[in-house]
Amino acid sequence: MSAQKKAANLDEYLKAPSLFGFGIGRIMTIVLMVLLFILPLIAWYMGNKFYLDFSSRIVCLAIAAVSLNLILGFGGMVSFGHAAFVGIGAYAVGIPSHHGYESAWLHFPLAMIAAAFFALVTGAISLRTKGVYFIMITMAFAQMAYYFFLSLEEYGGDDGMTLWSRSDFGFLNITDKLTFFLLSYALLALCIYLVFRIVNSRFGMVVRGCNSNEARMKSLGYNTYAYRLTAYVISGAMCGLAGALMANLQDFITADTMTWTRSGELMFMVILGGAGSVFGPIFGTGVFLLFEEILSAYTIYWHLPFGVLLILSVLFIKGGVNGLIQRAWKT
Amino acid sequence: MSTLFLIQLLNGLQLGVLLFLLAAGLTLVFGIMDFVNLAHGSLYMLGAFVCASLTFFTGSFVWGVVFAIPIIAIIGYLFEVLIVRHLYESNHLDHVLATFGIILIADTLVQLSWGPEGIAIPLPDYLSGQVEILPDIIFPTFRLLIISSGLLIAAGLYWLITYTRLGMLIRAGASNRTMVSALGIDISTLFAGVFALGAVLAGVAGMLIAPITEATIGMGNDIIITAFVVIIVGGIGSMKGAFIAAILIGIIDTLGRSFLKDILEIFNESASAETAGPALSSMLIYIIMAIVLALRPQGLFPPKVR
Amino acid sequence: MTEMLLQVKGLKKSFGGVIATDDVALDVRLNEVHAIIGPNGAGKTTLISQLFGEQLPDAGSVFFKGKDITKLPIYKRADIGLARSFQVTSVFLDFSVLDNVALAVQAHSGHSFKFWKPASTEIQLRGDAMQALVQVGLDERASSKASELSHGERRQLEIAMALATDPVFLLLDEPMAGMGIEESAFMVGLLKGLKKGRAILLVEHDMNAVFELADRISVLVYGRIIATGTPDEIRENAQVREAYLGEA
Repeated sequence: MSAQKKAANLDEYLKAPSLFGFGIGRIMTIVLMVLLFILPLIAWYMGNKFYLDFSSRIVCLAIAAVSLNLILGFGGMVSFGHAAFVGIGAYAVGIPSHHGYESAWLHFPLAMIAAAFFALVTGAISLRTKGVYFIMITMAFAQMAYYFFLSLEEYGGDDGMTLWSRSDFGFLNITDKLTFFLLSYALLALCIYLVFRIVNSRFGMVVRGCNSNEARMKSLGYNTYAYRLTAYVISGAMCGLAGALMANLQDFITADTMTWTRSGELMFMVILGGAGSVFGPIFGTGVFLLFEEILSAYTIYWHLPFGVLLILSVLFIKGGVNGLIQRAWKT
Repeated sequence: MSTLFLIQLLNGLQLGVLLFLLAAGLTLVFGIMDFVNLAHGSLYMLGAFVCASLTFFTGSFVWGVVFAIPIIAIIGYLFEVLIVRHLYESNHLDHVLATFGIILIADTLVQLSWGPEGIAIPLPDYLSGQVEILPDIIFPTFRLLIISSGLLIAAGLYWLITYTRLGMLIRAGASNRTMVSALGIDISTLFAGVFALGAVLAGVAGMLIAPITEATIGMGNDIIITAFVVIIVGGIGSMKGAFIAAILIGIIDTLGRSFLKDILEIFNESASAETAGPALSSMLIYIIMAIVLALRPQGLFPPKVR
Repeated sequence: MTEMLLQVKGLKKSFGGVIATDDVALDVRLNEVHAIIGPNGAGKTTLISQLFGEQLPDAGSVFFKGKDITKLPIYKRADIGLARSFQVTSVFLDFSVLDNVALAVQAHSGHSFKFWKPASTEIQLRGDAMQALVQVGLDERASSKASELSHGERRQLEIAMALATDPVFLLLDEPMAGMGIEESAFMVGLLKGLKKGRAILLVEHDMNAVFELADRISVLVYGRIIATGTPDEIRENAQVREAYLGEA
């Protein structure tokens, strides 16, 4: 083969990936993002504050799901302790507020740094292990964080703490529900774009390679531990941001957000959206919260059908729900 | 102080044997079937509720336990046959999702059947008293019963696994599935049996604790994490590791909660010890887990390589 | 004498009383293919895994370019010019063929803590990867998924990935395993072109391929090297004939 033909060939292999994907998946994601933006605005215009808040909740939790997706979907790290980062982010708003520091420019960076630090310490230990060990250890560390905040009597202990005024952004008044929604939506969009850049970068290829075949990555010369830990820390920081938003949305902070059933729900949102697809977590979060909202309106026992659905989907759908959704995105 | 210390030591031992009963089933099921069962705590809860109902029905806690055991065994068996069995070939993520679903179902079903309130289980008179085990050391009879029955069960398990044909099969199954099949043993029956055994162990733990704490919804969801810590520290798949780690974690957790604050106060002003004490003692076992993992990622007693 | 790249001295390893590697000494020189042959269970896999740091020997050392690398972590070995292919094909099945090789190239072109620029637009990564694919004759399949490749093609991909790091020392663990006659012949031709400027350690069962490719052969039996020499010497060696080739 001649050198010229080779060079000509190379161009077609140098394409940058597309944010919105291709084919039907592309249309689906765009429609999804537009709907998530337009519907709450319509609700607000019609004077229905409830749906605006509900949408804000989807958006905030979606950020947490997006962060989990980075390590679970792309990195293959089954973290069962992500709710801890949400909680840490929330307390990073609540504790300074309790002492009179109300600036958002303190709260939000603090939330991300504190969550990143917790991710660094716990990740450094748990990433030395694999498989089931990793699942259980992340769970245990999250439980540790839960009990820790539960024991802090000064910050409400098991009663939780009320956030008397929301984080102060200066020019932005996020006490206004619409402003809060717009801010959260913008942050979600930013996180999605970040994850998109990350997973397609050199770093992202390495993390995905570790997911696919870690032993091979090592023999190729990658210090897989360092890359996976970095991804874990990025994910933790992003999830801390989600926690800071959640605290402001609910005006209330409680250690209950850190229980492991919350981590399980978060994980399910990611799977439901198709782990490893950039926009999947938004879809998963939306469907999950709608499902919860609708079912819980009919019965307080909504966990029952939900649990049945969970089991049936794992048992009868080839490759789990995840496989199904991933196939759907790709067609 | 020393009296209190001894009593707390016994309390720690009591928590330890309960943790062992839970961890034993977890580690059996994981070691042999490579299956992660988050819903193990649900069996613990079901044990407590079934026992509560049967206690009221028969009028005696002892009969309640006796009749509850086969029921939990059947529940465990059905659980394996209907759901778990179909997941052995799937990955751990699927295990986690499915058993998470089971927890949600179990919690809701218990709420539907027994109502949202906890149920207290009355003890017969001869169990609800106290005994003087050493001069000046008085300890509740029932807690002593928990400790002794837990240790008895542990000894029984040791005997079962070391000396019986079933134990031989379990050990062989853990190291070589095809070999067991080649011996002409129906491996799926073996697995179902092991799962039911694990369920009974967890159920018994629930029955034993219920008279002290009441049977409550979600009671398994907290202790299951502690049981995870136990098998992580002990080495997943190792029965010996589970026993030693369970006793260790039980004692450390109990002593930490009762004395850590006092110890901190010796070194520190009481004000900061007031906050740091509870915070630190609630984190103690996780910190121990972290240290063990940092030094020995496979736990204290990793089972032999399969 | 040509430069000695890899040198193994007094390597020992046993598993609970079973001796897997028994006082093995071995060297591989520049521009040569050194083959290791031996019956099944001779301890070839254990030996290789010690050379690549996947297992630590009980005693003895491995030197590369004169430096002791016995205990060097796996991921640092690639940096100094060691690469290997695996006996059981080990590629990234859900990646495209080109991405597989690009990931290998990337491992040796600076660190990968780069979070922003899409890796698929880096000309250098893609170019070098494509070149490696051309070298093994797999460039036509560049955009196929690795999982869609035939067995033989996956073996080619393995070689391409090992080549992509431009290694000085290349370990090939049974590259012909499971290949048909035609595929094997193609692979022999491919490997012949690779030894210039490199040292290749070849572990292989296909005797025709070994005797055609190797400059020197070492015979491993029960963890012990019973003979080392040129293909002709090995053919004539009475001990080898008795222990290994005897039955043939």
